[in-house]
Amino acid sequence: MSVATSMRAKRAGRSHSDKFRQRFEMGVLSVPALIMFVGFVILPVFMAAYYGFYKWKGFGKPNVNGQFVGLDNYRIILTDPNFQQALGHTLFIAVMSLIIQGPLAILFALLLNQKFKGRGLIRTLIFVPYVVSEVIIGTGWSLMLQPNGAVNAVMKNLGLKGVDWIANPKIAIWTLMFIISWKYIGFAVILMIAGMQAIPEELYEAARVDGAGFWRQQWSITLPLLAPTIRMWAFMSIIGSLQLFDLVYIIWGQYVSSTAGTSTMATYMVREGRLANNYGYGSAVAVVIFIISLVIALLYQRFVLNRDLAGAVEKRERKQLERRMKKREREQMGHDEIENAIAPKNASMEVALS
Amino acid sequence: MTYTGERIERTLLFGKRKRKNDPYAYHKSAKTPWGNPIVYILSLLLVLICVVPVLYIILGGFRTNSQITRDPAGMPNPWNFGNYATVVSSSTFWVELVNSLIVSVGTMVGVVVLALMVSFVIARYRFRFSRMLYTLFSAGMMFPITVAITPLYLLLRNLHLINSQLGIILPQIAFGLPQAIIILVPFLQSIPMELEEAAQLDGCSRLGFFARMVLPLSGPGVATIAILSFVASWNAYMLPLFLLNDSTKYTLPLGVQMFSSQHSVDTAQVLAFTSLSMIPALICFTIFQKKIVGGLAGAVKG
Repeated sequence: MSVATSMRAKRAGRSHSDKFRQRFEMGVLSVPALIMFVGFVILPVFMAAYYGFYKWKGFGKPNVNGQFVGLDNYRIILTDPNFQQALGHTLFIAVMSLIIQGPLAILFALLLNQKFKGRGLIRTLIFVPYVVSEVIIGTGWSLMLQPNGAVNAVMKNLGLKGVDWIANPKIAIWTLMFIISWKYIGFAVILMIAGMQAIPEELYEAARVDGAGFWRQQWSITLPLLAPTIRMWAFMSIIGSLQLFDLVYIIWGQYVSSTAGTSTMATYMVREGRLANNYGYGSAVAVVIFIISLVIALLYQRFVLNRDLAGAVEKRERKQLERRMKKREREQMGHDEIENAIAPKNASMEVALS
Repeated sequence: MTYTGERIERTLLFGKRKRKNDPYAYHKSAKTPWGNPIVYILSLLLVLICVVPVLYIILGGFRTNSQITRDPAGMPNPWNFGNYATVVSSSTFWVELVNSLIVSVGTMVGVVVLALMVSFVIARYRFRFSRMLYTLFSAGMMFPITVAITPLYLLLRNLHLINSQLGIILPQIAFGLPQAIIILVPFLQSIPMELEEAAQLDGCSRLGFFARMVLPLSGPGVATIAILSFVASWNAYMLPLFLLNDSTKYTLPLGVQMFSSQHSVDTAQVLAFTSLSMIPALICFTIFQKKIVGGLAGAVKG
């Protein structure tokens, strides 16, 4: 059999040995990663669910050295005011991160998407806080925010009265919000820039033809077409906020965080589980965090991300744009030389939209 | 369409007035223009906000403790290199640097190799199994290490991987896979099918195609996931915090935290130690910054 016919045979329907071979290849390529993923990511979550039913100090096996307590751990968690506070702080952080970082990131991305000299350098520099580790950021900020630290010194020079940024429970959560926004906004900005670069330039031209100004263009083109990026970023931001640990743990430590009102679900888990050697209880907290994250993630996917999959928004946006295009075309009938120049552009536009 | 044609058309359509907002005005010019002054002022402000706190850490390392107490927000005057010299000549820093390098490079290699293999299956084999794989791994984005940390610690203790670098590398690879796969799959899917058929005609097996064509062609995607996993591992705090209690095994983030609690009175020394420990991640990122943006752009579109 010649090579060409064997190719045709392959396309028409693969033979048994070929199928087997393909399965073998797929196995060789995917099994190592699957083992790692199931062993270190999925399995621990199930182990946590199991340990969560025991009162257990972490020695030996929970069913031998521990004590089965049923749902007692969960009852204690949900009625513990410390956990309720931590949950409240975590949700507050998740929502405020979206409100603060989202609009700012879009504005910054608009700014850095302009063409000007030194843009690359600036894009790199705003990413610095994101690249530097939480430990370094935390150490640095906690030194600067001490009552006799650099921030208060600058405020004093400006004639303002310094405050206790870290220990004062009224201010601490806003301090944390500021540091979080400062650290993570670079990532949001880069994502938004990447999303903006995927928007075809022709749309802005069309809008200019219609006489739309800069802000009008951003409002009517950038924002709707950036929506998938925004939704994806928001998802990552929410999941990240729900797991927040490093920054709080480093700046506030395990005890100050609850008196200063910055404790999160994760710091609660570490404090009550690992540091108190209550591995059963700690596992139960992990399960609660997981379930809360999962529910929020599923709701988000169902009601927000789903729109991307269904393409409903895109369809509507596309229709609006097409209508605008047609309107433009009609207006230009008669301008022969212009129409000749426009025609190929319309074709490329349709390609970009489909 | 020619450049001049475009120029004429634009002038006819917009007139000179609109040129400011018109990217086509610059599109084909060799030099990037100087932008609007407002753009510069705002960008500069933004950069200052982002960079000044980091600069504070670096410059603080060049000051003495008495300088810092006298004027917490001042510049080094005179410059004092003693703190950095002490840190660089201490074995603690170098031991932790080497530990961090071992863990980060190990994680990076593991993530790249495993993610490439799985992504190849997901992107190039038309089977229900590959769809399932993708769903499974992308669901993994919802399993961050925080949730699994307590049982993970117990699991690794049973495997006798406490206080070992391997004990940190393996879970970090596993938790790095979802993001890497989500970024890589669109890259691999964009390699044209014709190329694969051509390779087959030349007698190349699928695995041969993987080794000879896919690996070289997926360069930018691989660079992105390599850097992201390196930096993530370099900065990781929670897993080393749980797993390492032998200070000779500490990675830099853990070392920084220990150092700052041990030398809490010696602020300048802490700042010097802290700034030295962020250099590798910063260098790595600065060099590959463009590639990361490109890789993320691919993932966003996909």
